[in-house]
Amino acid sequence: MNYRIYRKFKNFMFLVLTLVSALAVLIPLFMIIQFVLVQGASSLSLDFFTQLPKPVGEVGGGMKHAILGTIYIVLLGAAIAIPIGVTCGIYLSEFSKSKLSKTLKMTVDLMSGIPSIVIGIFAYLVVVVPLKSFSAFAGAIALSIIMLPIIIKTSEEILKLVPNHIREAGLALGLPRWKVILFIILKGSVSNLLTGMILAISRAAGETAPLLFTAFGNMYLSYNMNEPMASLPVQIYTYAISPYKDWQRQAWAGAFVLMVLILTMNLFARFILTKIKDKKGI
Amino acid sequence: MPNLNDAKVILEAKKLEAWFGDFHAVKGITVDYREKTINAIIGPSGCGKSTYLRCLNRIHEEIEGARTAGEVLLEGKNIYDKKVDVVDVRRRIGMVFQKPNPFPSMSILDNVVIGLRLQGISKRSTLLETAEVCLRKAALWDEVKDKLNSLGTSLSGGQQQRLCIARALAVNPPVLLMDEPTSALDPIATAKIEELMNEIKKEYTVIIVTHNMQQAARISDFTSFFVYGNMIEHGLSADIFTNPKEKQTEDYISGRFG
Ligand SMILES: Nc1ncnc2c1ncn2[C@@H]1O[C@H](COP(=O)(O)OP(=O)(O)OP(=O)(O)O)[C@@H](O)[C@H]1O
Ligand SMILES: [Mg+2]
Repeated sequence: MNYRIYRKFKNFMFLVLTLVSALAVLIPLFMIIQFVLVQGASSLSLDFFTQLPKPVGEVGGGMKHAILGTIYIVLLGAAIAIPIGVTCGIYLSEFSKSKLSKTLKMTVDLMSGIPSIVIGIFAYLVVVVPLKSFSAFAGAIALSIIMLPIIIKTSEEILKLVPNHIREAGLALGLPRWKVILFIILKGSVSNLLTGMILAISRAAGETAPLLFTAFGNMYLSYNMNEPMASLPVQIYTYAISPYKDWQRQAWAGAFVLMVLILTMNLFARFILTKIKDKKGI
Repeated sequence: MPNLNDAKVILEAKKLEAWFGDFHAVKGITVDYREKTINAIIGPSGCGKSTYLRCLNRIHEEIEGARTAGEVLLEGKNIYDKKVDVVDVRRRIGMVFQKPNPFPSMSILDNVVIGLRLQGISKRSTLLETAEVCLRKAALWDEVKDKLNSLGTSLSGGQQQRLCIARALAVNPPVLLMDEPTSALDPIATAKIEELMNEIKKEYTVIIVTHNMQQAARISDFTSFFVYGNMIEHGLSADIFTNPKEKQTEDYISGRFG
């Protein structure tokens, strides 16, 4: 009898423990969201999206250039990272027996552990210094290096999920290996692959450090790949540490927009996914 | 009936061996298969029937650590020759696997025609026509004709197996390897697949693994009996099932061998 009570008590304590840890994780998350929401949304106005920054001292202005800049740099980075990353993932998953593959795997693991500021300095040395100018292109390179290990790893793992008997079925039809990989294995994993890409893009979109050294930032609208370009994280950083109340207010608004942007991206991707699913039934 | 033993040899195994790492699964099989015949392979579970069959279209080597020795001659040419293109071999020797393996996230229709499509045939009417013919042959058409765009993997196990048969037929290989194609099917579908084999036998050569003695006796022209990676006996099915030479074969087909 006593034993049963004791056992129930232990069960109960365990439940409490797991609940507490779950809450401990949720609390900071909610606090961040609440902070950014309250502070950011209240500082938000239409001007924020349509206007460029005003000179110091003047109140108002917006971050149109930084919003567009972030989208531009991130998309450029993704355009570099996705083809390379997915191809690498294919190599790792489909030709995993080779020596190169083992080295590559280790490199990718190391790469995902490199602090983003180091990647920023690297891109600075390799792109900015030789080209003698901060540029959106350098920023995109830095972000693509951040995206790469995530895309490679997720692609590899997703392709490895496809059981071998599917590959055998394709090969047994007398199809060359590359066609089996491309049109059967890869095609069947499109939705999963997209998820990996979005993960990588979301991660890169919020990075500040690598852009400080590369795209640097400016106060006007620019679409030139070879010029410095503003981005939301850098703009937020610059404004947040400034002494001006109005800029700090705008930094909150920027943080809010950045969060919403990343969230929308996720939702949009999910939307596309369900579309593909409906059509193809993935 | 013409003498089956006079028919032209299309496929020939010569001292064919297969390993999984150190495990010797197929131990020196020598046999020939005649054109336009059905050849059954029987034997206890785990004796290497699937492995042997998978050596005949060079799928065995896709498994890590697996290797083979010996020769397989397709119309006199060794398919294991270095100069031979393995893709070409597999195009001419089709296979239906023991476990149904339809392509995931592909519709029923796509599953059937993917082989043709990836060979460059894109005319929709041709593909649809082929799909219908092959699905009919595989006794699946009536069940799927209204849902050709649903997922292949949404079908039942037995339906998936028939889908895989249709898929293999679509690329039209002169030799077809079938690994227990009817083990998951009900008697009606089984009868239809057997009918199909009798039908395609007019043009093709079929090698089929089966655990069903009646089926082997019913449909096959030749039968091989395997035990532990060895071929104990091979001959006309009529002889094997009525008058086996080996005691082991006799015990097995009469159910005294386990
Ligand atoms: N992938 C593998 N790795 C290692 N050993 C294997 C592998 N596949 C099969 N084997 C072994 O090879 C032997 C032959 O297997 P195989 O699948 O050819 O038997 P089978 O005659 O087809 O049996 P069944 O009638 O049950 O299908 C078995 O002993 C099995 O354990
Ligand atoms: Mg088997």
